[in-house]
Amino acid sequence: MDLLEVSDLSVVFARRGEREVRAVDGLSFSVAAGEVVGLVGESGCGKTVTALAIMGLLPRGRWVNVTGKAAFDGGDLLGLSTSDLRDIRGRDIAMVFQDPLSSLNPVVSIGVQVTEVLTRHRGMNDAAATREAASLLDRVGIPDPRRRLKEYPHQLSGGMRQRALIAMAVACQPRLLIADEPTTALDVTIQAQILELLRDLVHSLGTALIMITHDLGVVAGMCDTINVLYAGKVVETAPRRPLFASPRHPYTVGLLGSIPRLDARRGEKLTPIRGSVRDVLPWHEGCAFAPRCDRAIDACIGRTPDVMDVHSVHTYRCVNPWPQTGPDVGPAVLVRQVAPVASEQYEELS
Amino acid sequence: MSTVASDVVAPPSTLLEVRGVKVHFPIRHGVIFDRTVGHVRAVDGVDLSVTRGRTYGLVGESGCGKTTLGRAILLLIPPTEGDVRFDGVDLTSLRPEQLRAMRRRMQMIFQDPLSSLDPRQNVESILTEGLAAHGIGGDRASRRKTILATLDAVGLPRWALSRYPHEFSGGQRQRIGIARALVLGPELIVADEPVSALDVSIQAQVLNLLDELQDERELTYVVIAHDLAVVRHIADTVGVMYLGAIVEEAPSDSLYAAPLHPYTRSLMSAVPVPDPVVEDERERILLVGDLPSPANPPEGCRFHTRCPWVQPTRCVTERPVLRPLGQHVVADLAEATGGSRAQVREAIVGHRVACHWAEQIAAGDLTPHSLPGD
Repeated sequence: MDLLEVSDLSVVFARRGEREVRAVDGLSFSVAAGEVVGLVGESGCGKTVTALAIMGLLPRGRWVNVTGKAAFDGGDLLGLSTSDLRDIRGRDIAMVFQDPLSSLNPVVSIGVQVTEVLTRHRGMNDAAATREAASLLDRVGIPDPRRRLKEYPHQLSGGMRQRALIAMAVACQPRLLIADEPTTALDVTIQAQILELLRDLVHSLGTALIMITHDLGVVAGMCDTINVLYAGKVVETAPRRPLFASPRHPYTVGLLGSIPRLDARRGEKLTPIRGSVRDVLPWHEGCAFAPRCDRAIDACIGRTPDVMDVHSVHTYRCVNPWPQTGPDVGPAVLVRQVAPVASEQYEELS
Repeated sequence: MSTVASDVVAPPSTLLEVRGVKVHFPIRHGVIFDRTVGHVRAVDGVDLSVTRGRTYGLVGESGCGKTTLGRAILLLIPPTEGDVRFDGVDLTSLRPEQLRAMRRRMQMIFQDPLSSLDPRQNVESILTEGLAAHGIGGDRASRRKTILATLDAVGLPRWALSRYPHEFSGGQRQRIGIARALVLGPELIVADEPVSALDVSIQAQVLNLLDELQDERELTYVVIAHDLAVVRHIADTVGVMYLGAIVEEAPSDSLYAAPLHPYTRSLMSAVPVPDPVVEDERERILLVGDLPSPANPPEGCRFHTRCPWVQPTRCVTERPVLRPLGQHVVADLAEATGGSRAQVREAIVGHRVACHWAEQIAAGDLTPHSLPGD
């Protein structure tokens, strides 16, 4: 059984007097225990709202309408009360956000913020929690953890802050970690450090990870399964090798064609997707991507396209997909273990 | 198609020449007496030259000084030291009025298209402002014609003229920003992170547009970006910056085929490639720690505190200069890369690197974290 199974999740924001916004529109995906799953898409595709809905972090009110199911460990996360959610958040499911500065409290020391989760969920006293916090900071590669515990967020660099947030997130060894664009605010060399750390942690703790990102390069290197999102729905799901070897949905193909690659031949023209994310068709009127799609045919308009190849590991929601170019590789090939050079450097760090 | 006069090209000439440019920002302290207690060395000695009609890419991480250098090139921030020659004229020696006139020929495209456009000006007014300020473009009717042609060139419809910036999507706003720069008919455009605020599918549209405009109008670009793949895509020559200085400069192909500076190597190995097969196979060089403060840069080679190839001699004491590779490295490199000597020789033409040990690293005599004699 899967650890998390999100089915038909919809989030509709309907403020009185304003146009209603369907941020997530019948989205389904699942995460097995210990699996690294990617949610990839451009801004406005609903990836962050999905994460917030799963975590119960969306504002509660009549103007936010969340429907569907998020089955976690036998229960439905969407139906839980605030106090039940508080028991689960931080202990069973933890989250790392995009901007490490705005997700840390600027007037509270790092130590207090890291020990909070330990005293709340693991019932530790202050001394034990401080010891544990120091070893956690050490674990995520923050040098001189004892001193850092007394410091405030502004005294840490961007990479260090993100490490501190990751330390808080893994403090209770959660079964599921949701990372929402964890490296987008960071420089590439720091991004590489943080990705390596996340890879290392999920392997050693057996934590399942949902990696939310707009960067196909990031998912290519670390996700077992990748879900490509467009306008609030999953349009393609596959293990990473088949997805990149033979993308079927025109949007996935378009995304891959738009990215300048470091290993490309020079002078290669990029093939952008025409139009912009604003040119969407509501899903109930057809395929949302049809207005921008080069392969659009009459059958795309009128009704929501079904998910195809449902018995395969590689599914897509398209009536006129790109033909398969390579053989689908079976189960996901596991992400390579940490490179030798990298682990040496981590030892030096700690 | 008839051969027009412009097809008979003059030998490529240098449009922009930057010599020894430094930009130091004072750090002030004190309540009553404003004392300068130190300097942030944002740009600390940069030489570069850009050929007419070509694209120079400046790449580096945040805080490396690339944006400050871009602004110093246009004299938006006056350099503390050094000079900037544009088409043979030393900009630092010009009087303000002369500089202003020169500005028509060099324009800038900014990163965030929304905050660099006035929200209360419609597109027509944004585009006319530059023409009016420089007193060019003739009468109202001919100005309007220029503006419409520019809009067309950047792929915006006519009705855009009466709209305001907030009515456009991110990609369209960036097109307005490009049109604003283009309308004056500049020769040099400095583009500071032109696509980093845009979604990937839109990035490609804007990059292709910049490419096409360069071909049509023989523009010279200095493109500043943190994304190596973007710079590789658009630039002919790439300069890699670290802590205020260029550590490696090479023709784009050569740089990506044979990065020589340890920083370039780590930077390139850190960029995720959207291909699982490549990602699984490639070697990652992880850098330790963060960028040191530019107010107090390390002695010797600025990269020595994080360099996986750091050596006990020279690196700590002697600041390396940007230099071409020694010819004796050709044989070593050919052996190490499996190419012929001719290929290697071609690859390292115009390749300059600021590392004492570049030859030894290229030849594989030095490996990460190994010190000679152990």
